Amino acid sequence: MVMVSRGFQGRWRQPGAGLIPPGQYLVDEFPVLTARPTPSIDLEDWDVTVTDETGARVARWTWHEFRALAVEESAVEIDCVTKWSELETRWTGVSVDTLLEEVDTDAGYVIAFAERDYTTNLPLADVVEGQAWVALGYDGAEPEAEHGAAARPLVPHLYFWKSAQWLRGLRLSHEDEPDFWESVGYQNYGDPWREQRYWGD
Amino acid sequence: MRWLVATVAETIPETRVAVSLRLDVLDWPGHRAGQHVDVKLTAEDGYSAQRSYSVASRPGAEQVELTVVRIDNGEVSPYLTTVIEAGDQLELRGPIGGYFVWEGDDTRPVVLVGGGSGVVPLMAMLRHHAGLDHPAPMRLIYSVRTRSDILYRDELDRLVNQHRSVTMTLTREAPVGWSGHVGRVDRDVLSQLAWPPSEKPRSYVCGPTPFVEAVADALVALGHDPADVRTERFGPTGGG
Amino acid sequence: MHDAALDGNAASGILGEMFVAEMTVATTTCATCGAVALVGRLPAYPRAPGAVLRCGAGGAAQIRIVRGPARAWVDLRGVQVLEVGLDSS
Repeated sequence: MVMVSRGFQGRWRQPGAGLIPPGQYLVDEFPVLTARPTPSIDLEDWDVTVTDETGARVARWTWHEFRALAVEESAVEIDCVTKWSELETRWTGVSVDTLLEEVDTDAGYVIAFAERDYTTNLPLADVVEGQAWVALGYDGAEPEAEHGAAARPLVPHLYFWKSAQWLRGLRLSHEDEPDFWESVGYQNYGDPWREQRYWGD
Repeated sequence: MRWLVATVAETIPETRVAVSLRLDVLDWPGHRAGQHVDVKLTAEDGYSAQRSYSVASRPGAEQVELTVVRIDNGEVSPYLTTVIEAGDQLELRGPIGGYFVWEGDDTRPVVLVGGGSGVVPLMAMLRHHAGLDHPAPMRLIYSVRTRSDILYRDELDRLVNQHRSVTMTLTREAPVGWSGHVGRVDRDVLSQLAWPPSEKPRSYVCGPTPFVEAVADALVALGHDPADVRTERFGPTGGG
Repeated sequence: MHDAALDGNAASGILGEMFVAEMTVATTTCATCGAVALVGRLPAYPRAPGAVLRCGAGGAAQIRIVRGPARAWVDLRGVQVLEVGLDSS
């Protein structure tokens, strides 16, 4: 039996009423959750790379080159496994389709790897055809140089832990490689509409 | 470790933004000075939020006392400082944290350094020390921004005696007639007020993360063994 | 380096659910760099969304805990050896 504390409201939220996935609460500002210290990245040294399934690097952009790619704006809903959802978050970024344009591959999976030890695995089919971006800015703001590049893969149709912070590259692979969270209980795929939060869901 | 039901027996305003809650906790197993509890609040729609609060009361006190400082735009602290009243209930889990405790096992001198709300677990240690009439020398260095931020002011004045001393330092305004220190707790302040490393004091540092890191670094730079400097970081701003 | 981190002590709630022994005064030997430290002083990120405790020296993730509604998962790959105190009785 759940004990309710009289008069406790918590952060502003609404029940989803079909707008957001089951088990989520709608909020207007998402909290920052992190598993790592903020890296200090010199944008002059930063790059993002794409490696194919043979291990060969097939594409690389420096910060300046990356910013020169076609940037799109999108307004998407994001859902965190810890139960909050936010509608209409505004991001600017480069579509993953743009990054993979010149890449010839028959790999089934992509591993997004980030600063330090964070990796997250995704089926390639889930990041192409307009479903994913590498985001450069949130809500119209540019990332500050001293905070490093706020480049993160943004995959709105899956739980937000798949949108890793401080991206450094995408590695294509024939094999799925569950890693930082997926190997410790969080669901390998992570579809919020099927409430795939944990193993066995 | 399961969630226990706590009923608010009394709410005591400490400052304009801080309130102490005295709780009757069913099946409370007792605690050690310095430990904390996780508090869980659940709304009518099932949404719940959890935060950790240090226990301010001494071991053996009949009621569990938590002191909460209200953070603007916080999710839990505004509820605990302005809405909750005697008779209301919340859930808590604990006591937890065996690392940041003082038990009075020996008579080594004890340095307590608290920034803002970081004084709360240190208050449990001071109250425990007083309750035992403990012979170990104990010193509190308490840093706040202004005089109106000081928690437990009267009680701290009363707790001062030959084995216990309290030094308060304000980092912002020093009102007329203020005879305490003014300024940050830095290496100079610590070298004057903390015992020298040769006396092997135990140190407990608690408060916002930047404060704790600066003080702990200064103590180590003065020659204190890092293993004798225990820290409890409350996060970048110190609460929520 | 660990600006967003709290002390391992802040994860003692979830550690207390997983382990019988008092974990914050247990000691880990890091599987990545060999550093030995009290769990209570490891940099901890209690809601990352799961809990992560990292090595204070090299930063490797030592302990990861994900807590579901009815089950939890604990990954200790980053710990070579965990030393816990016992009551001498």
